Amino acid sequence: MIRDFIKSREAILVAALIALVLVVESRFSGFAAPGNLASVFNDTSILIILALGQTLVILTRCIDLSLASNLALTGMVTAMINAAMPGVPVAALIAIAIALGVIMGMFNGILVWKLDIPPIVVTLGTLTIYRGLIFLISGGEWVNSHEMGAAYKAVPRFELLGLPVLSWIAIAVIAGFAVLVNRSALGRAFYAVGGNPHAAVYTGIDVGKTRFAAFTIAGGLAGLCGYLWVSRYAVAYVDVAGGFELDVVAACVIGGISIAGGLGTVTGAVLGALFLGTIKNALPVAGISPFWQLAISGAAIIIAVAFNAQSNRKQGRIILKSAEHAQ
Amino acid sequence: MSLAEDTRSRSLPDRLHGRGTRILKSWELLLFGIAVLIFVANTQASPYFLDPWNLSDATFNFTEKAMIGFAMALLIISGEIDLSVAGIIALASTAMGWALQFGVGTPGLVAIGLAVGLLCGAFNGVLVTRLGLPSIVVTIGTMSLFRGISYIVLGDQAFNGYPDSFAWFGRGYVFWVISFELTLFAIFAAIYALVLHKTNFGRHVYTIGNNPTAARFSGIRVERVKMILFLLTGLMSGIAAICLTARLGSTRPSIAYAWELEVVTMVVLGGVSILGGSGSILGVVIAALVMGMVTFGLGLLNVPGIVMSIFIGALLIGVIAIPRLVAKLRRA
Repeated sequence: MIRDFIKSREAILVAALIALVLVVESRFSGFAAPGNLASVFNDTSILIILALGQTLVILTRCIDLSLASNLALTGMVTAMINAAMPGVPVAALIAIAIALGVIMGMFNGILVWKLDIPPIVVTLGTLTIYRGLIFLISGGEWVNSHEMGAAYKAVPRFELLGLPVLSWIAIAVIAGFAVLVNRSALGRAFYAVGGNPHAAVYTGIDVGKTRFAAFTIAGGLAGLCGYLWVSRYAVAYVDVAGGFELDVVAACVIGGISIAGGLGTVTGAVLGALFLGTIKNALPVAGISPFWQLAISGAAIIIAVAFNAQSNRKQGRIILKSAEHAQ
Repeated sequence: MSLAEDTRSRSLPDRLHGRGTRILKSWELLLFGIAVLIFVANTQASPYFLDPWNLSDATFNFTEKAMIGFAMALLIISGEIDLSVAGIIALASTAMGWALQFGVGTPGLVAIGLAVGLLCGAFNGVLVTRLGLPSIVVTIGTMSLFRGISYIVLGDQAFNGYPDSFAWFGRGYVFWVISFELTLFAIFAAIYALVLHKTNFGRHVYTIGNNPTAARFSGIRVERVKMILFLLTGLMSGIAAICLTARLGSTRPSIAYAWELEVVTMVVLGGVSILGGSGSILGVVIAALVMGMVTFGLGLLNVPGIVMSIFIGALLIGVIAIPRLVAKLRRA
């Protein structure tokens, strides 16, 4: 088992991540300090959660480009409710955020499932629709920090056992996913649907329904992140998390989730997100202008996908492998 | 059945419908009907819509995007996609602005715009055809990379001061209300329609999109065709960059932001299957008109741009979902 791990993509990613941290540490001491690493993790929490949701969708041979718009819309809704009705408890707002995210995810999922519309078309459409709805409900106005309640802003920052709640939520989601993906029938169904949809049908898996489930879960997580994002940065406006959908896809690709479906792990997605998050945090430390960030993300995606393609040729974790050539 | 997209099997009827039936049932006709409806709605909604100069202004909403859309249509028909087109515009525009600082004249600027477009297309093409990488991921990467380079060069600055002779590409009129861009749009529409529908190369594009393996066994050089399509898409993005930069008169790294989504929307709205293998240039032309008119008509009604994007997004999903929904209900 240890030997398997050393040869795996995850091990290479871990090595790359450690190397990255050490390189930054060698030039700017203090970066690798536990406290700083914890804050890098905290900064990356939202990306990790979304990347995990996206992983499920990509595993089933789909893609969800609407996650960032979903996040921004739910974030705006919770902020506006909070500003207008400070009496509504934060727990209720979080529940609303998740429910709203689930509904948006289900909308994507139902179009893919029942009407067979290609996921990239569906989510390209809902990406603009969800984003546009923010403008409609807010009238283009911002919800600023002073309009939000203290409790609303405090939750993600509240420290528990040395880590902010935001980090704990990410850890809980990671743990939940480890169980869902590796230890549940639905988790195996995601791989089966993406690995070989025909074989999946013959084993009694409803391909459309499984995809619907993936979109729904991803949507719910995006809704949760909507609250987390807006409360953490204490501002809500139309362009919140603009372009973030691509960061999420990038994290998955770097983490070795194959865009062709059926291939990838929870660990990979988390590491991919952490890799991207570490780069983003290292840039200001290294005194590099934030304007470099986009080009570096792009280069990282290209290198990662080229690298993954090479290693995929040698081995693949496709279940139902024997049926692979039957289609 | 949800496997339709995976099997790609198409039932082959014994005989095709007559020409008339085919036209009546075509996507293009449906789309044309929508275009006419929007046109009529616009004339009713605003008294300013029918002014020739207003209509001429309206064309700028789609000409640049549609030029990229033609090449993108071929690329999508062949089963690939290029999400980096807006990134290419940003990079080409930045390169032109940078050259401008050294006193490069209009011919030089145009050459640089075209060259950067081609180089970016070549870069995408090599990654996809030589390394065998999925184009959707590659071009998500290069989209960030190309625009990222613009941000590195420009940061929060802008290049200004393009010469008047250069501005003509974006603001010039060939005849009365017919702008240079509109002329270019029409010329490219004709060229791409000819190439796709009347040449061997066009047939190859369809064949590759329907079945790359069969295409290879029939002696089509699949990688070469795809490489050419990526080069074309890059080149068209370079041309769009020239027009847009000339029209705006300045270069910022955020130029043409999120255009890739609008271009893909236009192509898909035009009836090109996102799964590859089918579509027509006529469809893309009508889709361009539809999107341009929706944007412009709503603009006359003072509807903000972001709200228009809701219409565009709903249009994209709606035109694909409604026929499928109707077919489903009819079967039930």
